[in-house]
Order: sequence, then structure tokens, then C-alpha cells
Amino acid sequence: MRAAEAPEPGAAEGRRWRPRRIAAAGLRPLWEDKLAFSGAVILGLLIVVAILAPALTPYDPMESTTVAGGGLAYLEPPSRAHWLGTNNLGRDILSQILVGTRVALMVGFLAAILVTLVGTTVALLAGYFRGWVDDLLMRLVDIAYSIPLEPLAIVVLSFLKPSIWNIVLVVAVLAWRDPARVIRAQVLSLVERPFVKAARVAGAGHLRIMFRHIAPNVLPLANVYIAIAFGWAVFGEASISFLGFGDPRTISWGQILQQAFLSGAIRRAWWWAVPPGVCIMLAVLSVFFIGRAYEVVLNPRLRAR
Amino acid sequence: MASRQYLLRRVLHLLITQLAVITIIFGLFRLLPGDPAAAMVDPLAPPETRELLLHQLGLDRPLPLQYVTYLGNLIRGELGRSFRSNQPVVAVLQDKILNTLVLTLAAFLFAYTLGMLGGVVLAWYRGTKVDAVGSVIALVFRSAPIFWTGVLAMMFFTFHLGWLPHAGMRTPGYEASGILGTYLSLDFLQHLILPVVVSGLYYMGLPLLLMRNTMLEVLGEDFIEMARAKGMRRSRLMFMHAARNALLPVITASALFIGWAMGGQVLLEYIFSWPGLGREIVLAVENRDYPMAQGAFLFISILVMTLNLLADLIYSWLDPRIASR
Repeated sequence: MRAAEAPEPGAAEGRRWRPRRIAAAGLRPLWEDKLAFSGAVILGLLIVVAILAPALTPYDPMESTTVAGGGLAYLEPPSRAHWLGTNNLGRDILSQILVGTRVALMVGFLAAILVTLVGTTVALLAGYFRGWVDDLLMRLVDIAYSIPLEPLAIVVLSFLKPSIWNIVLVVAVLAWRDPARVIRAQVLSLVERPFVKAARVAGAGHLRIMFRHIAPNVLPLANVYIAIAFGWAVFGEASISFLGFGDPRTISWGQILQQAFLSGAIRRAWWWAVPPGVCIMLAVLSVFFIGRAYEVVLNPRLRAR
Repeated sequence: MASRQYLLRRVLHLLITQLAVITIIFGLFRLLPGDPAAAMVDPLAPPETRELLLHQLGLDRPLPLQYVTYLGNLIRGELGRSFRSNQPVVAVLQDKILNTLVLTLAAFLFAYTLGMLGGVVLAWYRGTKVDAVGSVIALVFRSAPIFWTGVLAMMFFTFHLGWLPHAGMRTPGYEASGILGTYLSLDFLQHLILPVVVSGLYYMGLPLLLMRNTMLEVLGEDFIEMARAKGMRRSRLMFMHAARNALLPVITASALFIGWAMGGQVLLEYIFSWPGLGREIVLAVENRDYPMAQGAFLFISILVMTLNLLADLIYSWLDPRIASR
């Protein structure tokens, strides 16, 4: 939020689209900041787990496993056969957790990209054209700020088919407001810079100025919002599934927690209630760590001396 | 003069936003696939009764006409009746508003007190272990979903230690007399502790990190350098000079905080069976009790908007430059 006001190195001449340089500059904070590095490692591990999930699971996550005597493995505590124990239907919790990684990351990435694209575009339009365009778009932002996410999600998902696509959509419908507001503030100041005027004099069209001259300069800030929106979306998906409005056929961390909560097993089966929350926490924490490193890049005053 | 103009403009904005949100809710409950219009009438009723009810509720009329009636009903405070209890929606929800407000404000106070003090401390110890560990702890709490930390707190403090109640607002059988009796009793406060601490620790991260960052920016200003040169004591410098000037953005963020917290309230109330608007909307949607869900949604968004306006006004009072802009 404060970051928007920070001057940016080299911004006077404006940054241009030079993909390789931008990528190198974009990845540098990950190497230089210890927290960001650990965040990147955690996120990387989660991505690997999500991709390999079917190969890694020791059991079919929906299979009702049995104990040696032949009975159902009902709420078995962690053991060598079941590293994270079993639930009340004899299902292996580790397998469910591993498979749940897929939904979380997919919703997270899709929503983060959608939110940042929409938010940045709105910010560019509002900050560049100003006047009534700005007024109109900022009123829309106000409206988005007046609608609380969870209630909207519950109502919409009770009408629509509960699928991860719809969850992504609901999160995106409200979460674009944050990047839109903050990036707009930065666009407002960028528009006044000499390089924009120079581009205008040189005869560049509105679209060209917005997307080729201004957009690269708000990219670092947009990165922060990709991270924040990822966290939001993982949270949103988990919350919705926890309340029981998720897709009943896909296994997600929120849904595992919901079953533990509703079955009343939380009174003793800690191995069922603890792991899904730890996973949600790790996923969100990893992107927070990464996002924070970018914030420090934007605002060097935040750097520890 | 400027401030009255500002107030008028803000209220006008509020009304426009309000109307837009009301329209969105109207559309949501009538236009989405899955025939929500028909869902406004109990789906279990026999066909003839349904037709009659649809007619009575005006749901067989064209949409623009329905919209006008809907707005008229809203102004008269008429939101229909619950399918489940057949009680008027407004009467049921009235009692829940205060419950939700009390819980949200208590969590807000807890989170902000802890967060602002913590932010000053972290800025004080900037660059040391305290700063690093403190920031990470705040981020860890912000990354843990409240429905999970709530469950963990319940497992430990209720089931394991047996110290605190985990559900509802009062012990069953406890009859409260009047508002004072409800919200000032020891029994109520005991029920309040777990949800407030669980959500407060989660919400704490926002004011804490914001306070820390703003403090660091303020500490780079000339007047701080000046005060330091005068030989001012560090504690006085931090709290009286730096913290005071760092408060502004933290308070601005409180408006956003409240909107965000109101949404999160749904989960908090759900796990702690807190009889508020958030739990009501979950139960209503689960039971396909659409008049109730619509009413609860409306009330929550009106609360968010009103609190947003309040935060804006406090902000303009603290920093008059905002209002005159």
C-alpha cells in the first residue's frame, strides 16, 4: 500500500518490455532475501507434490483401508502403514492431503493471474484516462469493497454448480479491487513522467502507451499482488470447502478439515485436523514471504539496516 | 464548510454503492441459473400452492416490476418470511446484528491494540532478531485460516484442558435479562474469549506489519532526526513522535480491515456456533432458506458499508487534508 508512493530506480526513463532482463530482475529478490528464498522452496515443493500426487499417494485417497484383522481402519493414529493415520471411513489421510495440493495450487494460480490481470487493466484505464473513466471504475472498486467475500461465495456457489472454476470466478470477482486501487495510484504518478509525454509526442496511441510504456513500470507492484491474490484464493477455496459449499467430488484441504470438524473427531483425532491446516498455512506463507521481498524492493526504506 | 461538503459527498457515495449492492443482491437471487426465483418459494410445496405463492410474492411478474416492488419492500423493512420458521426475516436477523457487531469489534480492538504496539516494538528493534522473529510470527498467524486455528484452540482449551466453552454465546439454560445482562455477564465474556483471540491473532498481522513499515518510513523523516539531535529519550521519540505520525495509514486500513473481517466472521461464527449474521447465512443457504439468506447478506453488506463510511469520517477528522482535497 505504501509501496505505491516509493520512487522507483530508473523510472524516469521508464522501463521497457525486455523479457529476459525483467525476468532476471524479477527473480533476484528470491535469491537475496532469506525468507523469500525459503518461501520459493516451499512453493516449489508444493508444486512438485501437486504434479506427482497420483504417484506419491500410498493409497487411493477414497479407499477404505482395513487393519490387520480385517476390520475397517477406523480413526487409526499415525503408524508405519498410515503416516498420518486414517479418518472415520478408514481413508488414508496422507494420501488425501497429497491429492488436495492439486486443487489448492490450481485455484491459487488461476485466481492470482486472473485477479492481477483484471486489477492491473482497471488500474491502467483509470489512472491513464482519469476523468469519468476513473470515477466510474473507482465506484466499482467501492462496490467491490462493500461486498464481503465469503457470503457472496456461499450464495453464488449454492446456485451455480460447485466446481473449482466457479470458486476461482467468485474469488476473482471481488479480489481485483486491491490491485486496482493501489496500482492506479502508481499509474497516476507515472502518467506525469517525461517518458510518457515523450511517447505521446512521438505519436504513440493510448493502448501502446498504457501497455508498453506504463505497464512494465507497475510490474513489480503487480508481482506483489499476484502473491497476495494467490494467498487469498487458497484461503477462499479452503473456507468455501470447509463450509461444505465446495465440489464434493474433489478432495481439498478445506474439505478434509470439514469432515474432521463435522464428524466430531477433532475431540481426539489430531492427526486428522492438524495436517490440512498446516498445508494451507505453508502454501499461503510461502507466497507471503515471496511477496514481502518484492515489497522491500519497491520500498527500500523497509529494508533492515 | 469543506468537511460538510465532504460528508455529503461521502453519504451520496454510500447511497449509490448501497443501491448498486442491493441491485446485485436482487439479481443474484433471481437471475442466476438454478431458478432462484422459484427457490424463493418452498420447493417442497405442492404445485398449486407454489403457483399461488409465486403469485402472492409477485415472482410471476416481469423483472423490472419485481425490482420496484423489492425496493419498496426494502424501504418498509419488509424482507419476507423464513421458510424454516415462517418468522419475518427482519425480526430474526435483528437480534443477530448486535451479536455479530460485538464479536467483530472485540476482535478488532484486540487485533489493533496488539498489532499497533507490536509494530512499534518491531520498528524499534528493526534489523535485529526480534524484528525478524516478530514479523515471521505475524505472517504465520496471517497464513493460518481461522477455521483451523479455531479448531485447534477448541481441541486444546476446551476438550483437552476444559477451560473455556467453545460454542454459542452463553451456557444453555442461562437466561439473560436485557442488553446489559447479555453482554456484560461473566458467562458471555468466557464464550467471547476463544473466538476473539483466534480471530484477533489472525487479523493482527495487517495492523502490525503496516505499523512497522510506516514507522520505518516515518523514522527516516527530518523531524525525527531533529528530535534525535535534541537528545530526546528513545521511548518518547518512538511513541510520542514516530508512532503518532505512523497511525494514519494504519487507521485508514481499518476500513478495509472491517470489510474483510465481516466476511471472515462467517467462518468464525460457524465454528464457534456464534448466533450472528454470518452463521445465519450459512444455515440459511444450507437449508435453501433464500429469503433468510438474502436478508442476512443484505444486512452484512449494509454493516460493512456503514462501518467503511465511519472509518472514512474518522480518517478525515484525523487528517483534514483528505476532506479538502
